[in-house]
Amino acid sequence: MKIGIPKEISAGERRVAATPETSRWIKKLGFSMVIEAGAGVEASCVDDAYRAEDVEVLEDTREIWAGSDIILKVRAPEFHPSLGVHETELLREGGYLFSFIWPGQNKDLMEKLAARKATIFAMDCVPRISRAQKLDVLSSMANIAGYRAVIEAANNFGRFFTGQVTAAGKVLPAKVLVIGAGVAGLAAVGAAGSMGAIVRSFDTRPEVKEQVESMGAEFLVLDFEEDGTGTGGYAKEMSPEFIKAEMELFARQAMEVDIIITTALIPGKPSPELITAGMVESMREGSVIVDLAAEQGGNCALTEPGKIVTKHGVTIIGYTDLPSRMAAQSSQLYGTNLRNLLTDMCGEKDGKLIVDMEEEVTRGVTVIKEGEITWPPPAPKLQAAPPPEQKPATAAPPQVQEQPEKRRFGWKLPALMAAAALLLYGLGSVAPPAFLAHLTVFVLACFVGYMVVWNVTSALHTPLMSVTNAISSVIIIGALIEVSSPDKLVLGLAAFSILIASVNIFGGFFVTQRMLRMFRK
Amino acid sequence: MTEGLLTTAYIAASILFILALGGLSNQETARRGNIYGIIGMAIALIATIAGAQVTSYGVVAVCMLIGAVVGIIVASRVQMTAMPELVAILHSLVGLAAVLVGFCNYLDTGHPLTGVEKTIHEVEIYLGVLIGAVTFTGSVIAFGKLSARIGSKPLTLPARHWLNLGLGIICVWLGFVFVGAENPNVGLIALIIMTLIAFLYGVHMVMAIGGADMPVVISMLNSYSGWAAAATGFMLSNDLLIVTGALVGSSGAILSYIMCRAMNRQFLAVIGGGFGTAGGTIADVEGVEQGDVVAISAEETSQLLKDSKNVVIVPGYGMAVAQAQHSVFEITKKLREQGVNVRFGIHPVAGRMPGHMNVLLAEARVPYDIVLEMDEINDDLPDTDVVMVIGANDIVNPSAQTDPASPIAGMPVLEVWKAKTVVVMKRSMATGYAGVQNPLFFEENTRMLFGDAKTSADAISGNI
Repeated sequence: MKIGIPKEISAGERRVAATPETSRWIKKLGFSMVIEAGAGVEASCVDDAYRAEDVEVLEDTREIWAGSDIILKVRAPEFHPSLGVHETELLREGGYLFSFIWPGQNKDLMEKLAARKATIFAMDCVPRISRAQKLDVLSSMANIAGYRAVIEAANNFGRFFTGQVTAAGKVLPAKVLVIGAGVAGLAAVGAAGSMGAIVRSFDTRPEVKEQVESMGAEFLVLDFEEDGTGTGGYAKEMSPEFIKAEMELFARQAMEVDIIITTALIPGKPSPELITAGMVESMREGSVIVDLAAEQGGNCALTEPGKIVTKHGVTIIGYTDLPSRMAAQSSQLYGTNLRNLLTDMCGEKDGKLIVDMEEEVTRGVTVIKEGEITWPPPAPKLQAAPPPEQKPATAAPPQVQEQPEKRRFGWKLPALMAAAALLLYGLGSVAPPAFLAHLTVFVLACFVGYMVVWNVTSALHTPLMSVTNAISSVIIIGALIEVSSPDKLVLGLAAFSILIASVNIFGGFFVTQRMLRMFRK
Repeated sequence: MTEGLLTTAYIAASILFILALGGLSNQETARRGNIYGIIGMAIALIATIAGAQVTSYGVVAVCMLIGAVVGIIVASRVQMTAMPELVAILHSLVGLAAVLVGFCNYLDTGHPLTGVEKTIHEVEIYLGVLIGAVTFTGSVIAFGKLSARIGSKPLTLPARHWLNLGLGIICVWLGFVFVGAENPNVGLIALIIMTLIAFLYGVHMVMAIGGADMPVVISMLNSYSGWAAAATGFMLSNDLLIVTGALVGSSGAILSYIMCRAMNRQFLAVIGGGFGTAGGTIADVEGVEQGDVVAISAEETSQLLKDSKNVVIVPGYGMAVAQAQHSVFEITKKLREQGVNVRFGIHPVAGRMPGHMNVLLAEARVPYDIVLEMDEINDDLPDTDVVMVIGANDIVNPSAQTDPASPIAGMPVLEVWKAKTVVVMKRSMATGYAGVQNPLFFEENTRMLFGDAKTSADAISGNI
């Protein structure tokens, strides 16, 4: 099948759905590919780089849409300004399309696409299950958005992020508050932390505390028991009491921090307002707010989507195209997500797409199948993380169980010592002195062996075995003493013992030497 | 040579043997240690041969010459992967020699003893022969299992513990007959019957133990060969033999202990044989949610390795079987040239004998300072980009820590799942020795590279 990649037409969109590198992998699946000239230029992917991967480069937009079985795009289809036609009209009847669709918000678009009898795969509808993480474009894009949010904040912030003591005086580190510790939030925490800022983060889901702390940030906690874990890795909407406590926390923090990055999104709903106009006013002059939820209305009351505004001396960044501002990186990640999905749907690597509606991931992604709207999919079978068990009312003290363990051992040691004493007494009272002298040597040698062998490095355990094996064949002395016996039978047995013990002596030492020679730095 | 000189020579030899073991405490002094051992042995042999008791020089010379030639030929030809087999068969020779020397000493009636001394002497002979005989057949069977001449599945006869107990009781009873015998012929017959029973016991004991418990078995046999030598030393009133036997015996015992601890198993449970059948429950594999495995190709693995800073390789028995150590080192060398920090993490029971992996890696010329023990590397694993697991399974199984019902619960394992990505090279999805499913394979950050370890390693190496 033929895959076509038209140039993105949405204003300010710099991304492209396939980079030369992902094209190489997609071609390995048996597909042929065609790309519109200049499609990747703004993502630093020039036409020649595509040509080098055997991707056909065409000028004519219509030819690409009409000539391809499968279209890969970033943005959902929209009205094409220069051709004067909606992209859905360009899509071949019964064709396949991979792109962002947002079926919940775009009912009109869904109907238009259904009318083309097309099969549509909405990349924003990848089920959020562990297995599908490699396909999860929302995570990939959120990661970039989080990083970029910090960069934009730094760009609009008049001071260093990191604290310094210079000849010209001391610089305090910037304080950053990241609200919402999802993928974007964590990326922001990581980026701000690595630039040297003091980072705090808040999330309604207590389970992310560890993740935040692992990124080196402080996790702010409310003195309020409510778990905000919703399905599919998102947070749910909280109770009014919780929100009140939360807002008090933000109000306190707003007075203290220099930069606030908000990432709070609730799927399918306008984003919650977390930073009120009053809080913005209370912030220090020169502070920065980056609102990653700007597209869904914004977490800050004063956000203007798509713009940078300054209100009460605070710069509020409401960009809705942060991933597109890092087009090379986001195209690479988006393209890799796409190629992973294509790999899953083309198990035979024969260039044919198989739409298996029984398979959970494919079912979730497919929002229109041959003109029939299949969105929304049935509820997901399992969650990203199981909800925690109900917490017990009081924590039980854990020390109680240890006692029986100790008591069981109590009588053993004295009993052993008593037995040993009895044995030694018995031996001492009957055994001849010569035997006891040997016994002394034996016991001491055991202890020497014990001390020496514990020092042997575990890497040399095999040579240890072969060398002990070689020296244990000192038993040959026994045979040497007997070999001069007049008794023919004894002589024969002893001679044979000498022979096999010699094999052991020479073989053992030799192979040890051979092994030890190999150990080198 | 006088009695006094003989004794001082033996003292020198004892000290040299202790130094030999002491030298093995690190790689730099190890070779010197081995030389000490050789010198010690030479002194002991020369002193004994020059002593008054040895007169048949011709026989001694011929036997030693043949033995030396055979020994050196075998030792220089053996493959490093076959090291466990060689060690096992060499143990059996010590065992057999102990048996023969015991018989010689009993038959040689040159020094009549009486009273308690006679009893003690006979008990010494009896013990020496008993331990030697068990060592002999046990090692032969271990050799058979390790070289795949005998199946490595544990042979679990019904009521095998009763059988062992019965054999033990008969041996004790024969011991009383032997020591109490007025007529030397009755004693000899008792000794021969006991030897046969001990042979049988040695066979049965090792037959009941499965392949991956071999590190314990080999160490245990190593220990037995030492005790056999010590018992012979008592019998001959020879302090050198006693010292050496005690050194070797305690060395083997410590190794067995280390191996058991590394598998979190009781020594008696290993010797009892049949993993998991003695009361433990095999986890119900079907019931557990497994999820999907994600396969990866050799090219992608190469790319992954090239793009990382820290790589840890965890080899297991599968690497030894596939003889992949040289290919693995090729990968290591190429990555190190590109500035990737490659290290090896070795679990104490990886392979079929203690230190098996270290020897294989040393053979492939992997520098030993990048070969680390489990405890040294576990803390670094969370900062590792890629862990490559080559033919290992149970030693990287997270259920040892997470699932108290698992047969391997509590066994110390390499925490590879904490790394960013884990590539598991494996022939199939089959379970490891313990028969438990490995949740590692279903982790999100795990990629499976199926196929023979050597073929895969060569493919990866070719792409770097």
